[in-house]
Amino acid sequence: MSLFKRYFNKKAYDAEKTVIWSEELPAPSKGLFLKRFKKHKLALFGFWFLVAVAICAIFAPLLAPYEQNEMSAQFSAAPSMEHWLGTDQVGRDVLSRLIYAARVSLMVGLFSIAIAAVIGTVLGLLAGYFGGIIDGIIMRITDVFMSFPYIIFILVVASIVGPGLTNIIIILGVLGWPSIARLVRGNVLALKQSDYVKASVALGYSTPRILFKHILPNTVAPILIYATSGVAGAILDEAALSFLGLGVQPPDASWGNMLSSAQSISILTDLPWLWIPAGLMILFTVLSVNYIGDALRDALDPRNTK
Amino acid sequence: MNKPLLVLANVKTYYPVKTGFMNLKTDYIKAVDDVSFELMAGETLGLVGESGCGKSTLGRTIIGLEPLTEGRILFNGNELNFKTERVSLSKQIQIVFQDPYSSLNPRQTVGKLLAEPLHVHKIVAKNEVETEVERLLELVGLPKTAKERYPHEFSGGQRQRIGIARALALRPKLIICDEPVSALDVSIQAQIMNLFKQLQQELGLTYLFIAHGLGAVKYISDRIAVMYAGKIVEIGSAEQIFTNPQHDYTKKLLNAYPVPDPRKRSIVVQQGQNDA
Amino acid sequence: MLGYILRRLFIAVPVLFGVTVINFIIMKMAPGNPVDMLVSPKLPEAARQAKMAELGLDDSAVSQYISWMKNLLFHGDLGYSMITFQPVTDMIMDRLGPTILIMGTSLILGLFIAIPIGILSATKQYTKLDYFFVTGSFLGISIPNFFLSLVLVYVFAIQLNWLPSSGMKDIGTTGSVWTVLLHMVLPVIVLVANVAGRNIRYVRSSMLEILGQDYLRTARAKGLKESRVVNKHAMRNALIPIVTIIGLEIPILFGGAVVIEQIFSWPGIGQLTLSSIMSRDYSTIMGLNLVAAFVVIAANILTDIVYAIVDPRIRKSYLGASKR
Repeated sequence: MSLFKRYFNKKAYDAEKTVIWSEELPAPSKGLFLKRFKKHKLALFGFWFLVAVAICAIFAPLLAPYEQNEMSAQFSAAPSMEHWLGTDQVGRDVLSRLIYAARVSLMVGLFSIAIAAVIGTVLGLLAGYFGGIIDGIIMRITDVFMSFPYIIFILVVASIVGPGLTNIIIILGVLGWPSIARLVRGNVLALKQSDYVKASVALGYSTPRILFKHILPNTVAPILIYATSGVAGAILDEAALSFLGLGVQPPDASWGNMLSSAQSISILTDLPWLWIPAGLMILFTVLSVNYIGDALRDALDPRNTK
Repeated sequence: MNKPLLVLANVKTYYPVKTGFMNLKTDYIKAVDDVSFELMAGETLGLVGESGCGKSTLGRTIIGLEPLTEGRILFNGNELNFKTERVSLSKQIQIVFQDPYSSLNPRQTVGKLLAEPLHVHKIVAKNEVETEVERLLELVGLPKTAKERYPHEFSGGQRQRIGIARALALRPKLIICDEPVSALDVSIQAQIMNLFKQLQQELGLTYLFIAHGLGAVKYISDRIAVMYAGKIVEIGSAEQIFTNPQHDYTKKLLNAYPVPDPRKRSIVVQQGQNDA
Repeated sequence: MLGYILRRLFIAVPVLFGVTVINFIIMKMAPGNPVDMLVSPKLPEAARQAKMAELGLDDSAVSQYISWMKNLLFHGDLGYSMITFQPVTDMIMDRLGPTILIMGTSLILGLFIAIPIGILSATKQYTKLDYFFVTGSFLGISIPNFFLSLVLVYVFAIQLNWLPSSGMKDIGTTGSVWTVLLHMVLPVIVLVANVAGRNIRYVRSSMLEILGQDYLRTARAKGLKESRVVNKHAMRNALIPIVTIIGLEIPILFGGAVVIEQIFSWPGIGQLTLSSIMSRDYSTIMGLNLVAAFVVIAANILTDIVYAIVDPRIRKSYLGASKR
């Protein structure tokens, strides 16, 4: 029975084997990613810190000792058993506000980057794969967007569309895409030249299939790494906007607007429990995200085989 | 064997290069410059030449991965048009790449990688895809268990087998072999060459076998074409090329081909004669 | 090379044009009318209309844009502030000096700290010293600059009373060089922490990449001392990508300046930006945006050109890139 017949006649498939067999397959390697990620102790620490923050955010009504806008009789009270982190000028519990504010930071961090990543990825894919005029137009738009100093651009837009959580998320998302688009475009340009994409063309696959099933999955790692630092950046930007009074507006609590009152010297000096905890929460959250990003970069690096 | 499967007539592949002030002037790199030949069904044509001579570009032009600047390419008597007939042509012509590391999508398991062309082109019924994948793996000498693995888990030779299986999935008539063994260890090279030869005999394939040196193609080729600076300088039967080369460049290539006993080297090229 | 520079400049023209268009669109989208901020709400409608006409606000958007562009291109004139009625160009020029002073100082100091530390960290990879510096760098990028500012003011201005925390000079004085320097210390520390934090890891990874290259292995194999390998062979190649830092830092510093200048009442561009935004002073915001974008684009072009001069490979790859 010849191979040819077996090839086209499946009944004869299990007949004699005259195949030139390859050497034995190597043992499968699994769990490399987790192993590499776990080597970064600080990233693991950051991961658990973020899990704790996320739990606070999700279960805020259950965990917070008071409602975020509930006023007690004690104004500007120092930390006590009743109010672990004291109260603010109108008698609201600082710890409860801190817990509720975790929602703002996490939502801004995740959702704005999700918007930016979707826009940036689609435009980057289109620019990189099709090249020519499409590429030229998209990249010039990217240049224009990147020519404005980011924070100033955000401030201007925020002042126009008005403050508020949803607006901040949309602004950061809609203005954050250009660097992701550039990153994706660069990756696509490199992958387009790769043999496996050429093989896909030769195999007669449709362009959407090649773009979304073959090129996109291979740009996910760099997008993910970039998005992680983007989350850190978005949390910082929201905090800065709220600090300047153009972000999340009181009475809603955000770590940024909790620090805002410390612009007055008397609060800065006399009520440190009002602003120091909020500042530390921003610092530790952003630090955790950055450590995780660093570990991801290491664990997802294809050159790293250890 | 009497009807040509593939006919190339005055094929040119040029790349524009912008030069001069503000890049206003356009020059051309002539990667493939006026190449003509015929390839019979079931035949293997070896295409050799040094790196940069345009042999890979020629192969990729035939399969529509590089644009044809001028000339005609006929397949089975019909002019190739990849813009409109890519889907049907992909079932006729396939390609095996040089680098088995970069030619497989690292994020697809071998099973998915081989099933995809079967799905896309509906080569077999949906419920038979699984067995067809196993059949393809067996055809190239890989165990069924390879299905669940990712390309990076294989050795170079094994990956090249996967690449061959993928090219065979669409049951093509012509396969462009773009230096398929030059990235492999010598011992593996022989295995893969044997596999190519066996597949050809049993599946009736036609090969355009591109290689760096004459040594690699001697064993498999019926005819050999020698390419230099975008042009084919000599084409003839394998025997003819090895025993009676006409062009200086062919002689030079032959001298680079190691023979067990150098005193038996059939052609001796005089110093200076090559420097044309 | 000349062709490259000209081409680079040529590309910048449509980008700058795009900046002005987007700028204008955003301003036109803005709700509210500057006139409402200027005049009493009790003013009769006719008087309000007259004020609008006086400011050119009742023309169509396109004709407003064209007249704005005309003034800019032919007279270098960015119009008048709708709040203070001063020429926008003058207002910006007045504020540019203080901003350049703290931005420039911070950039230079930041790089003076980041480059040696980054290189040291790379050559001593995985030692305690390396961990210390990398951790410091992570802190530098993760701390919100307004929080760091508040902490510094709290400690050095309020508790210790060593340094001034507001303005550029003491009120009622002309401001000697010394007092200006004292006023600079806190804002500059904050910006330097950010600049150094961002760049220590950048320099470090750029240096590590170079240290792993084959030609350095060759240099070591030749028997060269490690210090010589690092100083002579690695450093030069590692410093090339660092040139790009300056181009990347300028827009970030511009943004940081808004927050820092606000906190420290530093009389610069950032403070002007924020106050114009708060008072919806459109013509000033447009002028500021344009100047900022111009500086960013100029910095990018300069970086690209310097990079091309320093690194011969870029020149080649640029030529290679235009092949298709």
